[in-house]
Amino acid sequence: MATGHGLSLTAVSQLSWRNLWRNQRRTIIMLLAIAVGVWAMIFMTALMRGMVDQMIEDGIDALPGYVQLHHPDYRDDPNVENSLPPPGPELLVALGSPPVEAWARRVKVPAMASSERNNRAVMLLGVDPQPEIAVGFDPSSIVAGRFLEGPNDPGLVVGRKLLERLETDLGKRIVIMSQGPNNSIADRGFRIVGVFEGKLSAQEENLVYAAIGTTQELLGMGEQISEIAVKGGDYRDASALYAWVEQAAGGQYEVLPWTKLDTYLGLMLGVMDGFVLVWVVVIFMALSFGLVNTLMMAVFERVREFGLMQALGMKPASILYQVLLEALMLLTLGLLLGNVMAVASIMPLRDGIDLSIVAEGIEMMGASSTLYPALKPKDLVMANTVVIVLGILTSLLPAWRASRYRPVEAIAKT
Amino acid sequence: MAEIKCVELCKTYRQGDAIIKALDHVSLDIEQGAFICLSGPSGSGKTTLLNMIGGLDALDSGEISIDGQRVDLLEKGALADLRLHHIGFVFQSYNLIPVLSARENVEFVMQVQGVPAAERRRKSMAILEEVGLKDMEGRRPSQLSGGQQQRVAVARAIVSQPKLVLADEPTANLDSVSAKHLMELFVELNQNHRVTFLISTHDERVMRYAQRLVRMRDGKVVSDEIQISD
Repeated sequence: MATGHGLSLTAVSQLSWRNLWRNQRRTIIMLLAIAVGVWAMIFMTALMRGMVDQMIEDGIDALPGYVQLHHPDYRDDPNVENSLPPPGPELLVALGSPPVEAWARRVKVPAMASSERNNRAVMLLGVDPQPEIAVGFDPSSIVAGRFLEGPNDPGLVVGRKLLERLETDLGKRIVIMSQGPNNSIADRGFRIVGVFEGKLSAQEENLVYAAIGTTQELLGMGEQISEIAVKGGDYRDASALYAWVEQAAGGQYEVLPWTKLDTYLGLMLGVMDGFVLVWVVVIFMALSFGLVNTLMMAVFERVREFGLMQALGMKPASILYQVLLEALMLLTLGLLLGNVMAVASIMPLRDGIDLSIVAEGIEMMGASSTLYPALKPKDLVMANTVVIVLGILTSLLPAWRASRYRPVEAIAKT
Repeated sequence: MAEIKCVELCKTYRQGDAIIKALDHVSLDIEQGAFICLSGPSGSGKTTLLNMIGGLDALDSGEISIDGQRVDLLEKGALADLRLHHIGFVFQSYNLIPVLSARENVEFVMQVQGVPAAERRRKSMAILEEVGLKDMEGRRPSQLSGGQQQRVAVARAIVSQPKLVLADEPTANLDSVSAKHLMELFVELNQNHRVTFLISTHDERVMRYAQRLVRMRDGKVVSDEIQISD
């Protein structure tokens, strides 16, 4: 195949390849620099992606569900007055069909938990245990006692930290007090039947789980509920699930996807792709100085040759092409090495990196103490594309310089 | 027909505050198949004249035509084509491409011309045999002596049978034996293939081979003599 300047692609490739290895030490150093840069791009992106994914997944489990239905005023004032009737037949059919995979009714109201020594403001969750597990509660998070066993279980499940704050223990009774209908005070003593350990310390401190029937009885709200949590499909794109549920719900409910329910989490998902691009470009910018310097050196060393080639009839465009091909070879080799290094260093960490030593600080950000690096094909594609595209653009300057020498002056260079 | 016609060529260079007249109203007609030596001291304008005829540098004023085609009016691309297809260059300091072997250096111009690989190989091996380097075809320039490198450069210049060879001090870095071999090769090509040679030199041994000797000084032609061979 001809390059359009007489010299075949094979011939230009041969020239570029041999020139690349003229100064082996310089080429190897630059290759290592590119490889380490690419490794840093991919490895750090996988760590960040893993952390953010974990934050989002933990956050969604805490919501729970990818879509929730509420009374239109509930989110402004989450009391029993702003509750919903149980789902009607049409909504029940929709909740039993794909893309819905699981759904749960919940009562969720602010309350006060009091032990004989202390009291704390909490969020009282009245749940049906099996559906609750299906939409996100992790039964393995129960570290003492048991989880609720049915919709009318009289027990209470609290977080480990709340137990410490209330200075009480498993098996002891605490009083839950909340506001009933018509501003009445509703209270009841519950025996603590289980203690859970939350992925986030805020969950452990703020949430108490009671059975939904027991809670409805406490609050005198009959069959009314606070919310319906729905799960199905990939959380990264909950639009299909949202549209399905919203259509079935009609105008009676406020239907919101998780990205609107927790805007911080939604924002995290949105900014991650942008963050990856910025990260990759920043590393590339540091790399590009080395790349331009290497190519400039290679060009300056060969000024006479470029002049000679032009004197012999090679067109400037062909010289530009030759230097660009040299840069492409260097970038491709560096990328190959960098990708292999990145994959080789991420694969052994698939089972997670234990960050419990700095867990407090990480949990403040909403992440869990075990970090699972997430190597996404799209991040690999982005890193490789950025390096190739920006690398070639960066190489245009030295390549253009090489092609602009006047033969008579270039040949006279010593 | 005059193959090369130079009319009132002028070229000046600036060196600091000084303006140097490299060519000062030089006119020269070169017949097809001529074997001409340009002689003169350093700075007399020999190399500048070769560069102008080869389209490597631009004139301030004057006209150069090769076979009636105005070289001084050609664009960069057309000049590159002219050099590629019609002119062979031999430079003072070998100027081989270091990453290519002797044969690949010889093939380089043919590669740019788009000559098929088999034909390139046949021609390059034949010309290397002619210059006595057949057994060194795979050697890189750094593995060849100065004389051998210059012979490779000559082989490259003539392999695609240009009409004109411009040689700038081709024997300057050669020992007397190598220089003699090179000049005999030039004469043979001139006589058997009608290749026109324009050679700049201040080597008296080279001048003896010339049919015509053009002497230059301070950018001017000071004499133009036909030489009778011994």
